[in-house]
Amino acid sequence: MPYKIGVYVCHCGTNIAGMVNVEEVADFARGIPGVTLSRTYKFMCSDPGQALLQEDIRKNGLDAVVVAACSPLMHERTFRRAAQEAGLNPFLVQIANIREQCSWVTEGKGAATEKAKALVAAAVRRAREHQPLEMRRVEITPSALVVGGGIAGIQAALDLADAGVQVVLVEREPSIGGHMAMFDKTFPTLDCAACILTPKMVAAGSHPNIKLMTWSEVEEVSGFVGNFKVKIRRKAGYVDHDKCTGCGLCIEKCPYKADSEFEQGLAKRKAIYLPFAQAVPNKPIIDKNACAYLKNGKCRVCVKFCEAAAIDFTQQDRVEEVTVGTIVLATGFQAMDGRRIPELGYGRLPGVYSALEFERLNNAAGPTNGVIQTRDGRAPRSVAILHCTGSRDENHHRYCSRVCCMYALKYAHLLREKLPEARVYNFYIDMRCFGKGYEEFYKRLQEEGVRFVRGKGAQVWGGAEWKAMVPAAAVPEGLEDHQLVVVAEDSLLQQVLHVPVDMVVLTPAFEPRFDAEEVGRRFLVSRGADGFFLEQHPKLAPVSTTNEGVFIAGACQGPKDIPDTVAQGSAAASKALSLITRKEIEIEATTAHVQDELCSGCRTCIGLCPYNAITFDEARKRAAVNDALCKGCGTCVAACPSSAILARHFGDRQIFSEIEGLLSL
Amino acid sequence: MPAATPFLEVADALKEYGAHDLDLCYQCSTCTGSCPWSFVEPLNIRRLIRLAQLGLPGYEGEDLWKCTTCASCQVRCPRGVAIVDLVRSTRAMIGETGLIPQSLRSALGSVKGEGNPWNGKREERNAWTESAGIPRFDPKKHEYLLSACCMPSYDKRSRRIADALWKVLQAGGVRAGVLGPEESCCGEAVRKIGDEGTFTSLGKSNAAAFEKAGVRKVIALSPHCYHTFKNEYAAFGVKVEVHHASEIMQRLIFEGKLKPHKKLDRTVTWHDPCYLGRHNDIFDAPRAVLSALPGVTFREMFRHKKQSLCCGGGGGRMWMETKRGERFSDLRLPEAMAVGASVLATGCPYCVNMFEDSRLGLEREDAIQVRDLAELVAETL
Ligand SMILES: Cc1cc2nc3c(=O)[nH]c(=O)nc-3n(C[C@H](O)[C@H](O)[C@H](O)COP(=O)(O)OP(=O)(O)OC[C@H]3O[C@@H](n4cnc5c(N)ncnc54)[C@H](O)[C@@H]3O)c2cc1C
Ligand code: SF4
Ligand code: SF4
Ligand code: SF4
Ligand code: SF4
Repeated sequence: MPYKIGVYVCHCGTNIAGMVNVEEVADFARGIPGVTLSRTYKFMCSDPGQALLQEDIRKNGLDAVVVAACSPLMHERTFRRAAQEAGLNPFLVQIANIREQCSWVTEGKGAATEKAKALVAAAVRRAREHQPLEMRRVEITPSALVVGGGIAGIQAALDLADAGVQVVLVEREPSIGGHMAMFDKTFPTLDCAACILTPKMVAAGSHPNIKLMTWSEVEEVSGFVGNFKVKIRRKAGYVDHDKCTGCGLCIEKCPYKADSEFEQGLAKRKAIYLPFAQAVPNKPIIDKNACAYLKNGKCRVCVKFCEAAAIDFTQQDRVEEVTVGTIVLATGFQAMDGRRIPELGYGRLPGVYSALEFERLNNAAGPTNGVIQTRDGRAPRSVAILHCTGSRDENHHRYCSRVCCMYALKYAHLLREKLPEARVYNFYIDMRCFGKGYEEFYKRLQEEGVRFVRGKGAQVWGGAEWKAMVPAAAVPEGLEDHQLVVVAEDSLLQQVLHVPVDMVVLTPAFEPRFDAEEVGRRFLVSRGADGFFLEQHPKLAPVSTTNEGVFIAGACQGPKDIPDTVAQGSAAASKALSLITRKEIEIEATTAHVQDELCSGCRTCIGLCPYNAITFDEARKRAAVNDALCKGCGTCVAACPSSAILARHFGDRQIFSEIEGLLSL
Repeated sequence: MPAATPFLEVADALKEYGAHDLDLCYQCSTCTGSCPWSFVEPLNIRRLIRLAQLGLPGYEGEDLWKCTTCASCQVRCPRGVAIVDLVRSTRAMIGETGLIPQSLRSALGSVKGEGNPWNGKREERNAWTESAGIPRFDPKKHEYLLSACCMPSYDKRSRRIADALWKVLQAGGVRAGVLGPEESCCGEAVRKIGDEGTFTSLGKSNAAAFEKAGVRKVIALSPHCYHTFKNEYAAFGVKVEVHHASEIMQRLIFEGKLKPHKKLDRTVTWHDPCYLGRHNDIFDAPRAVLSALPGVTFREMFRHKKQSLCCGGGGGRMWMETKRGERFSDLRLPEAMAVGASVLATGCPYCVNMFEDSRLGLEREDAIQVRDLAELVAETL
């Protein structure tokens, strides 16, 4: 049991010393049994601070140290490493958090100093109970799983594959590409989305180091950093892609149709289909809900025409298992359903479009070949683009979706370009043009004659409805029944506007994917209050997660544009790569341990372990914890009815001593 | 416009009066654009809020009294600002300086003196209940207190609603009674006008009356009373279960205690009263009742549920003159007719009153009928 403890009280500049009387705390510590020396220092985490600690360990033979400083999240590693270098087992370092939990949150110097003393007393008592523990090292499998084949996942997969890492890229849809594949142009440079995306898609599809699994989903993840075991469901697509040559004859001949998901329901596709022309892989799948043969046993037209004999109606879902060292999650976002704001008429008024519908309407490869027209085929003479549909809104999503202001500008430009006669209005609350070249793009649109109205589009009504609802004086001259009226206050004018238009485009908020919760649970990645995956640190670890070895990239982490998404894709790849190139890593020493003589063989713990780390030895009728899998969460420790499981570093004695220390003042 | 200097003490004072959310507003204009006035002669509520945020003159201007407290703005506000509370608090603050519009003063005087805003005598409050044979509430005999609003006591049209409701309750076997002249106006409008003092004394006196009579459950005829008992009387220690008449009728029909059987053969639309719908989220009960009435074809108006158009009578506007051409109720009847309705049904005596008034202005007064839900139900019995 350590009894030569050194205590170090950090000033942290004035962060701690401004509120806590550090000298008084150090004097107090000196009087706690077991403490042989106690010091204060301006910045313990600095090199001289660490050297001080190391010198004391060496000279005075300290057998434990307590550092009263900031949160262990910040510097526990630093001090553990310093101690280790000086020959002290790192688990004999205990942190007393007198900054976040004391100086920053306590009012009054006296109270803060007293609290700091209590925290130091607790840490010292706990340190007296510490045992040296050994970190273990495991090898890292030099391969990666990338989940989601949008631009984020494609970028991450390519970067990893180019560095020689074997990558499995899993995409739920029949093709990779994600949302970006739906766009015609991208802001602010207006470069053609397909021109910059397609080469990357093709590269990902043909890279020798990438195994592409489209129409697939991850079903189960077990294992741990370095050795994740992943089960992937390969959904039956009824076309043998090894045989298929991608000639497309089957698609041409198939007599059955369904709404195209990719075209947002604005066009039909066949029952055997490619979601879009540049799809990767460029081989079709069969939609079992639309195929007449799969539904009621009649047709087989595709079989007749397929020269490669690639159609295989006997195909079943199958599950493939892979082992990878690291994982990149890049599952992206979904757009909010505009019907959640009935005041804007989406889904009820045919002239109201969602942004993604407009993307397809404007796309040269889209349902109208890029001709912007209303559902009844008229060229709109006036269009209103309403910003912030469900964003920055307590009733829907509190956050700003970050890209809608910009793509709203993009739309305004495309409209002005394609329909120079058309009047274009942007109804906005604030213009958020934060990126490189974005403000300039805004100015360009003003030069192009777009009307910017500062005021949120509050209501949209059909022309016929409007006439039945308001006094004759409030009906704009020449309003036609099939038109729309946008009601908004121009806050700069301080006047309500009734704006008759032919088309309204909404900018629905970015949302976490509908299954983000489930996916998060599967990969043990937590989510923020907004529902997006949570990074380990918003500034310093933006693509890491609290599950070691699992990284996040792109819009699954929060709304973002393509430049930021690509940057994160590369960042996640580099993080994954740096892990892989280390070849082996240290893993938790603070695992659980079943005390054989106490285990009654009840198996309570086995089902509870979130990491499947406990196995049952049938011969001896005892549970055993697999050290490599255990994360030390403590669930089993608390649940075991025989109190047979010990948590290393978090034993009863350690915790009770800490509590006694806290209460000792 | 001359330069102005912010006077934040005013903003601070408003917050003391209950405008807690004042600073949350980010000036998006959704409120002004959602306000029913935006269809006629816009009320710029956003601007009032802006002026109040900086304590600049104008926040207390004439526009402040146009607000009907309908909450069309509030349910849309992206920042979740309780706009109706801002209006109420602002009125309360300036009300203390005596700046309440002339037309509201007589209603206030009547409430203070006689416990109702209709210049009726307190002794006459129960004349109608006596002639209708409605018993005084007795906790041993009655499950519910019927709280019928001040209006039926002094207004003939409203009295028809109350009579109908009593008929329905009896048919459904509901054991209910009324209070005597000790009952006063619930104070909803008084509070919205900004007279907190009078509201508090009304609340206290009603709380005492409830307590003395041993009231546990209340059926409110008016959504305004319903709202106030339910959401605001806790401050006076009132802990009663409150139901709106439409909820009771829905339950009676659902439980089979009330069997509407006479055919109506009419196309009916429902006008959601602000204080039933937007303020209290009761949208389905009245629609369920209508769908259970034989011979009723139901049509929804364009502006329905959360988007319902205010009748114009809330927030004290009942007692203020609104110019022809600016009355919301004048817009509502043509909208109802446009969807093919021959009956505009609703569930609030203020709404009925406003619509009946507008009906008289129609080219053909009989082009549409205005009915309270209870009246329609009573017709089928
Ligand atoms: C209307 C609109 C216009 C835009 N215009 C522009 C623009 O002009 N310029 C610009 O810079 N940005 C634009 N953006 C933003 C751009 O769309 C995003 O930055 C980008 O798509 C994010 O890429 P991602 O890969 O993170 O996500 P996504 O594009 O959403 O891709 C995610 C992929 O993961 C797949 N997936 C999801 N869940 C799973 C799962 N469980 N298993 C397997 N696969 C899964 C999906 O099928 C999808 O292929 C626009 C956004 C919208 C909504
Ligand atoms: S980017 Fe613009 S339109 Fe989109 S939510 Fe943010 S402010 Fe609103
Ligand atoms: S502490 Fe127990 S429950 Fe938690 S991971 Fe380890 S073995 Fe599983
Ligand atoms: S809707 Fe809300 S945030 Fe927007 S201007 Fe009105 S009060 Fe302010
Ligand atoms: S409460 Fe109604 S009347 Fe008052 S400002 Fe809001 S929307 Fe307009």
